[in-house]
Amino acid sequence: MFKANTLHDREQRTGWLFVAPALILLLIVFAYPIGRAFWLSLLTKNLGTNLKPVFTGVGNYSRMMGDGRFWQSLGNTAFFTAIAVTVELILGMGVALVLNQSFRGRGLARTIAILPWALPTALIGLSWTWIFNDQYGVFNDILMRLHLIEVPANWLGEPTLALLATIAADIWKTTSFVAILLLAGLQSIPQDLYEAHAMDGASPWQSFRQITLPLLMPQILIAVLFRFAQSFGVFDLIKVMTEGGPAGATEMVSLYIYATVMRYLDFGYGAALVVVTFLVLIVGVAIAALLLAKFRTRISGD
Amino acid sequence: MTPDLPTRPVKPASSSRQGILLGLAVLLVIVFSLAPVLWQILTSLKVNEDISQLPNIYFPSRYTLEHYTEILHRRPFVNYLFNSSLVAIVSTLLCLGIGSPAAYALARLHLPGEQIILAVVLIVTLFPYILLFLGLLEIVQALHLANNYLALIIPYTAINLPLTILVMRSFFQQLPKDLEDAAKIDGYNTLQLVWQIVLPTTIPALVTTGILAFIFAWNEFIFALTFITRESMKTIPVAAAQIGGSTVFEIPYGPIAAATVLGTLPLVLLVLFFQRKIIQGLTAGAVKG
Repeated sequence: MFKANTLHDREQRTGWLFVAPALILLLIVFAYPIGRAFWLSLLTKNLGTNLKPVFTGVGNYSRMMGDGRFWQSLGNTAFFTAIAVTVELILGMGVALVLNQSFRGRGLARTIAILPWALPTALIGLSWTWIFNDQYGVFNDILMRLHLIEVPANWLGEPTLALLATIAADIWKTTSFVAILLLAGLQSIPQDLYEAHAMDGASPWQSFRQITLPLLMPQILIAVLFRFAQSFGVFDLIKVMTEGGPAGATEMVSLYIYATVMRYLDFGYGAALVVVTFLVLIVGVAIAALLLAKFRTRISGD
Repeated sequence: MTPDLPTRPVKPASSSRQGILLGLAVLLVIVFSLAPVLWQILTSLKVNEDISQLPNIYFPSRYTLEHYTEILHRRPFVNYLFNSSLVAIVSTLLCLGIGSPAAYALARLHLPGEQIILAVVLIVTLFPYILLFLGLLEIVQALHLANNYLALIIPYTAINLPLTILVMRSFFQQLPKDLEDAAKIDGYNTLQLVWQIVLPTTIPALVTTGILAFIFAWNEFIFALTFITRESMKTIPVAAAQIGGSTVFEIPYGPIAAATVLGTLPLVLLVLFFQRKIIQGLTAGAVKG
């Protein structure tokens, strides 16, 4: 005989029914492509050569070791991520502190401040390409009116300048995301902490160092975690602004992966690049998650 | 829009100097956030001679809508807007339909292994799409889904699922349980309970999540670039990025500016009307998860 059909059993069955479609979709769109990349990376598979895929073990990975273009793109990505995330964190903190004050029109100011985050990155890339245009760009125009430069700079045409220009666009786009997260954290800090601290004669800067920063640490780490992952996979902005040029100066790992697959049709090597990027990301995320867990226990501990 | 009520008693500014500093800081934030968008709007309304005028013209004496009529009449931008809307709306609805039941089960039904499911959902939100496009491209090719709206709708539904599950789950957890317990005693089964009791109270949370999902779907670039190559089926971000002149020397700055304004307009409206919901949803998805 079957087991009695208890309320609990029925509830569990409904529960799995509820979760199943979501899980299946996540498996197809997230787990399968990553798993598939691990397998493909062990093959030599190039749609351009019409040859049958051959198992070559770590062949793709040893090729990567000597691939200067891969190392350059990895270096570019690391530089881009480090600068962008650092500046976004500082600016985002500033914006959050301002938006946390009481002033008339605060709702409108907050609305305006989240606008950059909500707009499509590819279209924002177009806007910044126009701003940094070497001939008619408004950025050159402003710099020349302020007599900071004498001749227009070729922002997207010179390697170092192009990298800086794309970083600037990314900072504009995502500072608001950091600010939203930090603002939520600021709002949860009780005001009396500051009042007591001020009565003890602490300056605003001391309050910021001794109250705001420590209590905000979980939100800061979450913001860094998200931004690290997004920035490491930055694609839309660069694709639109420079396509990785000039001379590979702004080529990120993501653009190299895209070119390897879509232009050179080299699925095996592209998959190996995907795997390595994935592993770098996982390591970074693990470190941030560990730090986060440490801070959470410390705060709830005392 | 209603002005924000101060959440805590307003401290009188200890000096007018502090008030001025705060005002300057607010102004700085607003200029920083708006300037690039305003410049693009201004460019889209300038006549061609003014666009290529040096030094730049900040207050043009004439305005024109010719760039808008060009992209709407001579280029199929109405089509692109339709494609973007269709894909974003359908995937958002699907995502809410699939994600909310999952979120409810994870909040209420004590499934074995729910911690693992939640951890997976959290980690998945961090994957950049470039890691997925190769595997998805193979699926699209194998199933002959290229140039089919499903090639975008399915991935967009999936990429918004983690956020939906996290936000909706935190909502269900805050929902008082008494209502559901009473309904259970009245003999509702779980499906009836969710459909008739829980769903009606869920509308605000669904709106919040739906807005975020719509924004992400509307903005997506890499899948739309890769899986859709037929001109008439492209979405706005891809189509705008691919506007080009007949030569490199005549890049149509005016139409590009008009296209970016048109493509960002729906999102600007969403932000204007739902600012608070967007902030709530984002922080619930990222912080509470």
